[in-house]
Amino acid sequence: MSQNHLKDTRANLTRRGFLIAGAVTTGGLLVGCGAPTPQERLGKPADLPVQGDQVALNAWVKVSPDGTVTVAVPRAEMGQGVMTSLPMLLAEELDARWEDVRVEPAPVAQVYANEAMMLNALPFGVDDHGWLARTAAAVMQRTGRILHLQVTGGSSSIRDAWLPLRVVGATARAMLVQAAAQRWQVPVAECRTEAGQVVHTATGRKLGYGEVAADAAKLTPPSDVPLKSPDQFKLIGQAAPRKDIPGKVDGSAQFGVDVRVPGMLYAVPVQAPVFGADVASFDAAEALRMRGVKQVVQIPHAVVVVADSWWRAKQAAAQVKVSWTATPHDQTSSADIARQADEALAQNSGTSFTNRGDADQVLKDAEAAAKAGAKPGDKAGGNKQTVLQARYHAPYLAHAAMEPINCTAQVKDGAVTVWASTQSASLAKWRASQIAGVDSDRVTLHLPLLGGGFGRRLEVDMVEQAVAVAMQVGGQPVKLLWTREDDTRHDLYRPAAWADFRAVLDAQGQAIAWHNRVAAQSPTYGATKRLLPWAAADSPDKNQIEGAFDLPYDIPHLAVRQVRLQGHVPVGYWRSVGHSYNAFFVESFADELAHAAGQDPVAWRRARLGQHPRHLAVLERAAKEAGWGQALPAGRARGVALQEAFGSICAQVAEVSVQGDQVRVHRVVCAIDCGHTVNPDTIEAQVQGSIVFGLSAALFGEVTLAQGRVEQSSFPDYPMVKLAHMPRIDVHILRNAHAPGGVGEPGVPPVAPAVANALFALTGQRLRALPLRLKAA
Amino acid sequence: MHQFQLNGQPVQVDVEDDMPLLWVLRDELGHTGTKFGCGIAACGACTVHLNGGAVRSCVVPISAVAGQSVQTIESKSDAILARLQAAWVQHQVPQCGYCQSGMLMAATALLRENARPTDADIDAAMTNICRCGTYQRVRAAIHTAAGAALNAKGAA
Repeated sequence: MSQNHLKDTRANLTRRGFLIAGAVTTGGLLVGCGAPTPQERLGKPADLPVQGDQVALNAWVKVSPDGTVTVAVPRAEMGQGVMTSLPMLLAEELDARWEDVRVEPAPVAQVYANEAMMLNALPFGVDDHGWLARTAAAVMQRTGRILHLQVTGGSSSIRDAWLPLRVVGATARAMLVQAAAQRWQVPVAECRTEAGQVVHTATGRKLGYGEVAADAAKLTPPSDVPLKSPDQFKLIGQAAPRKDIPGKVDGSAQFGVDVRVPGMLYAVPVQAPVFGADVASFDAAEALRMRGVKQVVQIPHAVVVVADSWWRAKQAAAQVKVSWTATPHDQTSSADIARQADEALAQNSGTSFTNRGDADQVLKDAEAAAKAGAKPGDKAGGNKQTVLQARYHAPYLAHAAMEPINCTAQVKDGAVTVWASTQSASLAKWRASQIAGVDSDRVTLHLPLLGGGFGRRLEVDMVEQAVAVAMQVGGQPVKLLWTREDDTRHDLYRPAAWADFRAVLDAQGQAIAWHNRVAAQSPTYGATKRLLPWAAADSPDKNQIEGAFDLPYDIPHLAVRQVRLQGHVPVGYWRSVGHSYNAFFVESFADELAHAAGQDPVAWRRARLGQHPRHLAVLERAAKEAGWGQALPAGRARGVALQEAFGSICAQVAEVSVQGDQVRVHRVVCAIDCGHTVNPDTIEAQVQGSIVFGLSAALFGEVTLAQGRVEQSSFPDYPMVKLAHMPRIDVHILRNAHAPGGVGEPGVPPVAPAVANALFALTGQRLRALPLRLKAA
Repeated sequence: MHQFQLNGQPVQVDVEDDMPLLWVLRDELGHTGTKFGCGIAACGACTVHLNGGAVRSCVVPISAVAGQSVQTIESKSDAILARLQAAWVQHQVPQCGYCQSGMLMAATALLRENARPTDADIDAAMTNICRCGTYQRVRAAIHTAAGAALNAKGAA
């Protein structure tokens, strides 16, 4: 290792150490540093409520006398197939018969905390296996447990459950075997399991799991059960039909919005149009005269109409006259926010996240030379370097899940019942208890399906509102449901972001220095100050700059810095978070550098991925499957993009044409390396869906502000990709035995830059802002 | 009082003339399979059949339904819907599933009119929004269901 490399490594370690220490000590946490073992996740049978004659073997699995195996899933099903994939892990090691496996939502208890979620706060990639990465991961896992983050997000469910749920299944299996062996009076070693039965190999005697479960439950769980090797997997890695799909084709699936409780009232809020404004006064006289209206109540930032039907409440809400308090943002527009970003980028050098080589000095020298009049290739000028500059932008975005925001709550006799389609079960319960002023054990939380989450349902604002209303309606249950317009205008938005790039090219046009500053509000600060206010600090935020600081390309001098903006627009986690804009910035600018070097964009990337063989394999696979380099029909072109996100690596090749200023995406070929494959059909579905999600943002997505408020309201002015826009999508999964990565989000980031790069190849227009808007030819 | 046929059964509701069919189905009659997505006929989550044709129930006032026949995702007696539902399971179409009632009802109306739709026919008829992006599988499942119908006819 060279002296310079050593120095760089130390600089990086110091930087990372600071970030990690900051993250962990936030809120004064003191946690142990040893990596949590999967065995610690087993839990106790008492954690899991049983019905009828079910027997719980631990906190995760119950067995009925008829052999039915019921698995408790503590993650929210929002279409990502978690109600199937987590049970697959457990059933694999249990040797359960898949047909016997049922699923149910787990209760809220610390044993179900998501210990992988907070790994997303750490600045380490899939190729980082050093002691610091491992130690920090262990601290984050313990922190997730201590905070009891029973949450679903960050593409973390499989990453969290991969070992623990297999250990849980194997441990339960060992107990069932031991119980059968004792009944037969034979050594455990003479027994095996298959398809939900214990078999005594020598005699062929069999006992179903249901027949021995009660005995097994009395045994002490063994602490050192072996796990299957991948070549022994029967379920893991095979496409399994999802358990939640039958109910989603006949209308029987129950989403939050479908909750019906006897005596239930319906509530529609009239919310402050400018973020942060509150109710100054209101006149509900006319609304109260309307049919079915029961009450009009005030809660923070809103007046709420309560009626005997949602439609009646909505009609009456339109008649409520509210005057709102003034805020400093009553005149703020998108142009003002852009100007603030410009100013911040002009004045603020930013917080360093990556510092390799000496990008600042190389840039300074090149800029000084350029000022002195040297031109590229101008030997007389003594400097053959050029500087390439670019400013990129991505707008605020709304989540726009199909199920509008809602929550049902009842507050009666000091007890609170909440029905919420939420990604944040534990936080929903905690906030409900806080709002109602009762102990957490007086809160019962029901968890229906989610009609889309995408990060929006990590927030618990709907729970806070519903409980605040329920406290004022005399003990009756009340379903609070927003209009689509409110869903669009009262989101916690994907931050608007700007990237300021400067690259130094040598005489051959090769990039020797890459300088990038990313300006945006911190999504982590935004979400944390709402969800865990005592832990909130506007400190360096990996999520704001993820996908930018971790550039995989081998460029000698690299500096990536974060400029954190302030703003009145509430921001939060939007599917793929910082990657959603940074991939567009970074992969578009990389494309600019490839073209500046006169190199093919795949070849440019390939030449710089020597340190990242997994990234290279993904890139090569996508290029091969897309027929990169092969001729296309006239009027079409391809573009490529690559991004590691959430522990997985994804490359996409988009094929486009244009008609006037209209972009048509014909095909997207995607390769993904997400480590071990659990349910390949779900992976394909998630990646297909991610590409559509990313494409809606690339082609249409934009939330703008005028007079402090969001201008968009519903699908006509916040459009989505529909069937008629659909490209053919091909997904290729690289099968390997690496630790599982996430699947719900990594497919989103590459599509916008892949399409933008294809449009450049086709038209010569370099589009540096989202959504992509071509100038008509 | 408004009377109409719901999935072959007579029903009656005492609501305002302008209450949309969507809210009659969901809140008055408890048929929650039909979903609310936007309230302005822009997303298709609330698609049901009125006399066999697809309508967006969030903008159909109950007064316009009087005496007529309404079919929802809860219907058990529509052979085309049943074929599509089987194809939906075969292709593992739904993700979150929220839009799928509307998708299925739109697809059922499409196949009733056009037993073997082309991709262009599907693009034109299926304007429902799916935020999870299940469109590619929606298309494949419609083709499968259409093919199954033709094969069944051929065998008969």
